[in-house]
Amino acid sequence: MSEASAIQILVPTPLRRYTNGEAKVGASGATVGEVLTDLDARYPGLKERVCDPDGEIRRFVNVFVNGENVRKLQGAATPLKGGDEVGIIPAMAGGA
Amino acid sequence: MTVSPATLILPEAMRAEIIAHARAEAPRECCGVIAGRNGEPTRLYRLTNLEPGVDRYLIDDEELYRVYREIDEGGKDLLAIYHSHPVSVAYPSKTDVAFAFWEESFYVICSLEHPEAPVIRAFRIVGGEIAEVGVRR
Repeated sequence: MSEASAIQILVPTPLRRYTNGEAKVGASGATVGEVLTDLDARYPGLKERVCDPDGEIRRFVNVFVNGENVRKLQGAATPLKGGDEVGIIPAMAGGA
Repeated sequence: MTVSPATLILPEAMRAEIIAHARAEAPRECCGVIAGRNGEPTRLYRLTNLEPGVDRYLIDDEELYRVYREIDEGGKDLLAIYHSHPVSVAYPSKTDVAFAFWEESFYVICSLEHPEAPVIRAFRIVGGEIAEVGVRR
């Protein structure tokens, strides 16, 4: 599991300013957190939008692995394997 | 990156759909999104508000992810995000601004403050700044 893996990341519109407009990018890592760190090396600022300073997923961002929200898995520590698909999507929220 | 135009096109049928959704959910807030291409709306999706109270909305994340992928992979844009203000004006609240993470989309608010005369207004919210945009059919 420690082998760095080829993971596909789906980047939502509000974060494409970090990926030069790319909707899908590849990254390596054995966990969601590692993949985000790997991405941040190429797309600086991206991880900060997704994770808080402790490295956990921000409250108003959702990260999905193969369609499942990582909050129901192990958060940023959720393990990944080659071919997994990681989707990021900011929350839509507000109030009167 | 797609930059939304300064005016939101909202066909009468979608306008009626938003009002119907707002009335159906009242006193809670309704919420949903509108897909589009080149500024032309193509489809409205009613989405689930997970907030139990009457003055907040939080779109169901799994539903949103599924719908967003359908829109994005179908070559469409997430043109607008709508929600209702059941008893207040159709203007973004502090909460709306604080959670406006989708700067490329229009934020549409439907007010039922005057139940017989619903008001729909649209905004861009960028960097905490609110800019009202026109709405035309």
